[in-house]
Amino acid sequence: MAVYKKTYRRYQGPLSPAWSQFLVLPRYALQEMRQSRFLSRFFLAGFLGPLICALFIYLHYNLGALKLLNISAAQLPGINARFFLGFLGFQSMLAFFLTAFVGPGLVSPDLANNALPLYLSRPFSRWEYVLGKMSVLLLLLSLLTWAPGLLLFALQGYLVGGGWAVENLGLASALFWGSWVWILLLSFLAPAISAWVKWKPAAGALFFGFFFVAAGFGAAINEVLRTHWGNLINVSHLIGSIWAWLFQQPLRRGSGAVFFRIGRGEQMPIWCCWAAVAGICLFCLYLLARKIRGAEVVR
Amino acid sequence: MDPVIELDELELRFGRRTILNKLSASLTGRAIGLLGPNGAGKSTLLNTLLGFYAPSAGTARIFGFDIRSQARQVRDLIGYMPENDSFVAGMSGVKFVCMMAEISGLPPEQAMERAHEAFFHVGLGEVRYRPIGTYSLGMKQLTKLAQAIAHAPRLLLLDEPTNGLDPPARERMIQLIKDIRDQGELHLILSSHLLRDVEECCDQVLILKEGRIAAFCDLEKERRANRKFLELETRAGGEAFVTAVEKLGCQAAWSTNGRIKLVMPDGVEIRQLYALAAEQQVQIRRLNHKRDSLEDIFLKAMEGDRGRL
Repeated sequence: MAVYKKTYRRYQGPLSPAWSQFLVLPRYALQEMRQSRFLSRFFLAGFLGPLICALFIYLHYNLGALKLLNISAAQLPGINARFFLGFLGFQSMLAFFLTAFVGPGLVSPDLANNALPLYLSRPFSRWEYVLGKMSVLLLLLSLLTWAPGLLLFALQGYLVGGGWAVENLGLASALFWGSWVWILLLSFLAPAISAWVKWKPAAGALFFGFFFVAAGFGAAINEVLRTHWGNLINVSHLIGSIWAWLFQQPLRRGSGAVFFRIGRGEQMPIWCCWAAVAGICLFCLYLLARKIRGAEVVR
Repeated sequence: MDPVIELDELELRFGRRTILNKLSASLTGRAIGLLGPNGAGKSTLLNTLLGFYAPSAGTARIFGFDIRSQARQVRDLIGYMPENDSFVAGMSGVKFVCMMAEISGLPPEQAMERAHEAFFHVGLGEVRYRPIGTYSLGMKQLTKLAQAIAHAPRLLLLDEPTNGLDPPARERMIQLIKDIRDQGELHLILSSHLLRDVEECCDQVLILKEGRIAAFCDLEKERRANRKFLELETRAGGEAFVTAVEKLGCQAAWSTNGRIKLVMPDGVEIRQLYALAAEQQVQIRRLNHKRDSLEDIFLKAMEGDRGRL
């Protein structure tokens, strides 16, 4: 029967499993993202870094290519913890910009047009909604950070052979967990900001502000009070410290890309960095819990 | 008949304010109206049934599922059309309804098919690919109705569905609601402050006032009962005619200007009155069924402290 001839009728077909319903949100969000040429290109450009790193690793173990370029393997930087930390830092910076472009559009359009009651009047909880929105970022940022990182690690292990991968398993672990700390922080922060600032451009600006203005403010506190505790509100400093700890790298050698680099003598106790990151995530969860509701409570 | 909604001492407080005050009722109708002035607690009651607000005391059951402990099962059965604008601006209408149906648990292909059907059903088939942000108010209202029925709920909650609609759009919305009701596939609750909307669509009405149940009436029963009350305007209809009418088994009262009010017992037909009048040479110049309209019921409920539950 033609669709326009049909009237209302009951549905008696199969239903999707309840656990998978939150995946509807990332599917639609990714479809929407695909329609944006800029975001698609930016995302694809994020794979250039891993590609160049893969070529670099390959070059390291290809004597023919080295001879052709007239260089020796010893002249090239080593494939070690610093290499992977640098890779993570660069990819994480791209992940940050991607979040700044994608994140503000996650929750704010739903709040701006009061769509939340429609989501939450279905067999769909607030936490599934938040998880659904966060999973857009969890997926995209994973594809930019730890997934290519582990592939590079596997490539290096394959080319070196002789148990290199097993001996350096700590590197893979640091790469994986270091990426996840950053991904989780961004994935909590972006929806929380998006939920509180209903206007997309303002949410984007606030996201940048949270990183750069807070870092500047932290630096000002450090200067005025002659302390290092101002770094507690400098997110890139916190993440840089955690990465340096995970990769067991001395801080002064830098921890990844410029964005996450830590100055000499500015380090703080590592537990403070972990606590501050956890605190930011919990605060974001609290903000989301306040905003993601079917109906506002007016006391 | 199994109750659709059972309110069991349901109470909701925000801080010190009591918004819903120990509501108890058993609603069984196919179309139930929620009436009340602004601020009476109609939308709050719907929001509480949906689990948006946790009851401070008491509970409610929808098709036997407790709203406190079985909220997910409850929401499985519900389609909700909120009072205010609710949509995702950048999305096309059909994509939006499809997404909502998928969130309700329909697989993607079925959700898309039903989204198209729902759009045609509400009369927006031609504009279903346009972004919702470009729709008129009436189209947005119909889109909300489409998303509420696309996943085939058992209970439809409509919160002020005719809000802001011009008369033709209102007529269309009311007709759609009546069509859905008459197909008998689902129950519906219509919250409105417009008596006419409720009177046209509903067979039971719960009237709220300041968070309390001011009245609960079965409009169908009320309509049936009203058919027994008659008002006659007669010429030359005096005491003798009234006595003859009483002999038929009617209760009657008359005033000197020929007006007679009577209650017809079961088994007595109006044509018997005409026959009696002809016999006694009394002219019946007007005969009206008493019409205790919803407006009368509503006004009575608003006057009294407690209703006639």
